[in-house]
Amino acid sequence: MSIDIQVDREINLKGEVCPYTFVKSKLALEEMEVGQVLRVIVDHEPAVTNVPRSMENEGQAVLRAAKLNDTDWEIVLRKETE
Amino acid sequence: MGMSAFSDEQIQRYSRQIILKEVGGKGQRKLLNAQVLVIGAGGLGSPAAVYLAAAGVGTVGIVDFDRVDMSNLHRQILHHTEDVGRLKVESAAETLLRYNPDVTVVRHQEPLTSHNAMSIISPYDVVVNGADNFPTRYLVNDACYLLGKPLVDGCILMFDAQATVFVPGKGCYRCLYPAPPPPGLVPSCAEAGVLGALPGLIGCLQAIETVKLILGIGEPLVSRMLLYDALAADFRQVKLRRDPACPLCGDSPTIRELIDYEEFCGVPIPAALAEH
Ligand SMILES: [Zn+2]
Repeated sequence: MSIDIQVDREINLKGEVCPYTFVKSKLALEEMEVGQVLRVIVDHEPAVTNVPRSMENEGQAVLRAAKLNDTDWEIVLRKETE
Repeated sequence: MGMSAFSDEQIQRYSRQIILKEVGGKGQRKLLNAQVLVIGAGGLGSPAAVYLAAAGVGTVGIVDFDRVDMSNLHRQILHHTEDVGRLKVESAAETLLRYNPDVTVVRHQEPLTSHNAMSIISPYDVVVNGADNFPTRYLVNDACYLLGKPLVDGCILMFDAQATVFVPGKGCYRCLYPAPPPPGLVPSCAEAGVLGALPGLIGCLQAIETVKLILGIGEPLVSRMLLYDALAADFRQVKLRRDPACPLCGDSPTIRELIDYEEFCGVPIPAALAEH
């Protein structure tokens, strides 16, 4: 299933664990404009729940958090606030 | 751009700070670009400088002409037993760089005087006052006001402590104590005792206020003074306001240049504050 979302930037955080998955996603989002979409690829399973939760706490939108294959997940975020 | 602005080591080192919504990457960049001057590598200056350096404040200046004495070690945590006899600025710089090699430590190894205070202070964004004597305390107060620099002030004696932030235009140390008391009225440095953890607490508070000023977050400790009585375990706050009659920041100031006072030590408690 693949809803068509325009991704403005993608970062590969495979090999990264918490809290760096969130910190690096946050730093990437800080450099983007409100309304833009960031796609984050991770292979650290706890990040799939931790990153979206922390992002929602900061007022950002989580569009998708889904398994891609045996090892990887994608987290798709839209910047809602500076 | 973006993550590439920070090294991987910086992202790791500051991650728990960057996670804070009020800090983030932008706040961390502000800290790395900030220049803070710490007056005195002593009881207050030690914890203040350590936490500022650890937080990634890019430039930390230290003013101290003294050498480490064994009797300093129970509170001056920048210095270790093997540093006794060394210059405090050297010992301080070494300790700070061991905590965080990201920081530039500027050593001002000289007594602060009316001749050098303006030129030493002027490059910095914020000044942390850890002076243990009146001449320096007044000098720093006056210089910061004349230069328009925020001054994060702290003061301790025995079991009592005070802390406040002076922002030019919102009051200064002379609004509280217009002039130093005559020498002899207050105990000398060597006579005055202090519990080591007390400057530790106040120096940490000064570091926090400094970080808040750099980031522009929260409510700075401006126009109020925090008083702590360690024996009673009692914190209280008193309101401070600019005194229109202040000789420095009042409506008709009489002090327009720096003054060198005779060397003596102590912490006076003004009657208004002493009577709780
Ligand atoms: Zn004043």
